[in-house]
Amino acid sequence: MSAKKKAADAAIVPSNGAAVPGRARVQKAYKIYIGGAFVRSESGRYFQVKDLGGDEPGLVENVALSSRKDGRDAVKAAHAAGAGWAGKTAYNRGQILYRLGEVMEARRAELTSELERSTGRGRDAAREEVLASVDRVISFAGWADKYQSLLASSNPVAGPHFNVSVPEPMGVVAVVAPRRPSLLGLVSAVLPVIVSGNTCVVLASEEDPRTAVTFCECVATSDMPGGVLNLLTGKVSEVAPHLARHMEVQALDLWLDDAELTRELETLAVATVKRVKKRGVAEVDFRDDRLAGLSSLTPFLELKTFWHPMGM
Amino acid sequence: MTMQKTAQKKAQITPRADAARAPAGPALEFGDAWTYAPAPEARDHVKLKGRYDLFVDGKWQPTKKYFDTISPSTEEKLAEIAEASPEDVDRAVAAARRAFDRVWSKMKPAERGKYVYRIARRIQEKARELAVVESLDGGKPIKESRDVDVPISAAHFFYYAGWADKLGYAFPGANARPLGVAGQVIPWNFPLLMAAWKIAPALACGNTVVLKPAETTPLTALLLAQICEEVDLPPGVVNIVTGAGATGSALVSHRDVDKVAFTGSTAVGKRIQQALAGTNKRLTLELGGKAANIVFADAALDQAVEGIIAGIFFNQGHVCCAGSRLLVEESVHDLVVKKLKDRMMTLRVGDPLDKNTDVGAINSRMQLDKIAELVKSGEGEGAERFSTPCRLPQKGFWFAPTIFTHVTLSHRIAREEIFGPVLSILTFRTPEEAIEKANNTFYGLSAGIWTDKGAKLFWLANRLKAGVVWGNTYNKFDPTSPFGGYKESGFGREGGRAGLAPYLEIDG
Repeated sequence: MSAKKKAADAAIVPSNGAAVPGRARVQKAYKIYIGGAFVRSESGRYFQVKDLGGDEPGLVENVALSSRKDGRDAVKAAHAAGAGWAGKTAYNRGQILYRLGEVMEARRAELTSELERSTGRGRDAAREEVLASVDRVISFAGWADKYQSLLASSNPVAGPHFNVSVPEPMGVVAVVAPRRPSLLGLVSAVLPVIVSGNTCVVLASEEDPRTAVTFCECVATSDMPGGVLNLLTGKVSEVAPHLARHMEVQALDLWLDDAELTRELETLAVATVKRVKKRGVAEVDFRDDRLAGLSSLTPFLELKTFWHPMGM
Repeated sequence: MTMQKTAQKKAQITPRADAARAPAGPALEFGDAWTYAPAPEARDHVKLKGRYDLFVDGKWQPTKKYFDTISPSTEEKLAEIAEASPEDVDRAVAAARRAFDRVWSKMKPAERGKYVYRIARRIQEKARELAVVESLDGGKPIKESRDVDVPISAAHFFYYAGWADKLGYAFPGANARPLGVAGQVIPWNFPLLMAAWKIAPALACGNTVVLKPAETTPLTALLLAQICEEVDLPPGVVNIVTGAGATGSALVSHRDVDKVAFTGSTAVGKRIQQALAGTNKRLTLELGGKAANIVFADAALDQAVEGIIAGIFFNQGHVCCAGSRLLVEESVHDLVVKKLKDRMMTLRVGDPLDKNTDVGAINSRMQLDKIAELVKSGEGEGAERFSTPCRLPQKGFWFAPTIFTHVTLSHRIAREEIFGPVLSILTFRTPEEAIEKANNTFYGLSAGIWTDKGAKLFWLANRLKAGVVWGNTYNKFDPTSPFGGYKESGFGREGGRAGLAPYLEIDG
């Protein structure tokens, strides 16, 4: 986009309202998302992020610096939401996730603006990431009632028994979201966890927490029950260890390039034999559709095998 | 209608409930009725070597140190077993790596499968020998090693052999590749069967293995090594390194091992998970359990009692999925306990090689001490103990079948894995309470449900946090049926198509 056209666009429909002469922009407080509510960190702490692009480069905003207690509250909310979310029909979960895609599509301008100012990569790149993210959500929504048929089995045991294996959600999964791409990475990490009925506590990208919060505003209006997805902003190295040792957390999904932190979290996970999925972010091409493949779901599924005699 | 008639009608509507309320009658008197003449399985055709070396790179290789393996039923020495040093483990892993790079990963999958089929057939041919050695070395009744351990081991190899050239169908749309060298550590409760569960899927998927059997039960794994030799399995594809904890530790932490598979206690499993933190090794763990076996008043109680017996006394209770917590609906508690005691009185405890034996020897003195300690704590915490008054042999390690009533969830015997013939009995009033109590454990390997109501059965099966749920049956195993736990009972599945995944890199 040419600089001239960009300036013209901004004058007519500024992406965040900052450029309207004579009007003070209403700034948004970026809160964390726990149990379906946007709340401040119980700690009252904050950290600052700076706009790298968009209409007001250099603008500084405050974001919640989540604490260990916020982590516990989020796990509690996720745990409480578990039975209800897993208990919904797969069709219903699919519709809710599809609805999330619809809401994101409708709010793509807002998401684009968030990415643009937080990443400084320009509007085209931001727009492209938003559209890819919406498409990824739609792709995952379709898995909700299909993976079961692919992973379940009728087992031909050598005896007069009915024998089937079915996948089930694990429970609460703690997700350390990729630092970047902050939106496409976030949805690629979170959707495979929740599509099968798990609930999660997500630690947002430290570099771009605001896009993650705005994503949660889409979640909040998508009919997804509160507590299914909980999002904390702040320092990953501060909160993640508490999630890794939390007894109500069943699995860790670590998108981290920090080998030392990964190792620490894996070590803490041992106390409760948590399942740990880890993947370095630098190596990943997030535009690869295989990220929405079946094997993205399986690390967060248990397989339950059921036996029953057949006979009179 | 007179009151008497009303009462009769009620009785007709709920005969079982009335029967349940009937006072428990006197204990059955068996007298000499259950005395059986000895019926020992012959062992003269079994020729054990005096000393077993390590099976590495297709050859029997000596090492510096040896230890004795004994029969837990007589404490007689059976053979001397090599204790692999870290250097021996290193040689075994190097052999496995060479075999993987040069031979096994390059072989046509169908050819690979044919070698695995050969192993299955040889196990069947040597079934009697393997069963005798399993019962000698581990103490389990010959009827179990003969009818369960050995045939299911053969079946496991036979099942996975056929997968070797069908992996593309197992994970359609994905690219599946073998991982490389698998380091596998197995327990002493099902020595040959666990070796089969580990080796068969690994080989079928194109990996090579280094397997460490348990210190107290190395013999059948060594006989399996002989089978690998006899079927001309390429050298290094299967390596057996015997030893104790240090050998296992050297194996799982070896730099050139790509995948670790462990079956054993949760405590050791955690140490392995810890050792692997920060590495890129793949890990599957099949750990302990404290399974709830839930009996409703509407169940066929005599069948349920058989299931309770099978759940806790099968293999002396040395079973990670043993139904060690009986949850019985309060209204039938007394009746079930009476029936259970009567049935326990008929259990024959003794010589593992006797074909009539139901309960064999405890696997080791160490395990016997652990069982005794937990039983003592059960008595100390106020639970009521009943052990069958059977005559136990003078030599060897033995523990009489035991149940505890008046157990609460906080008792150690209701929380900790005893891994012995000891059952803890608790009660419940509603299905919700049964679920709450059943899931109130760090473990999640298995569970049992006994009821005549289909909808209730599925309602419970759906809510139990356990990897294997047996409805109106217990302790059934099959190569086609995935097995593995939730929570601290470990992760990964063995058996079935799901049992391939831990041995493959799957993209897509």
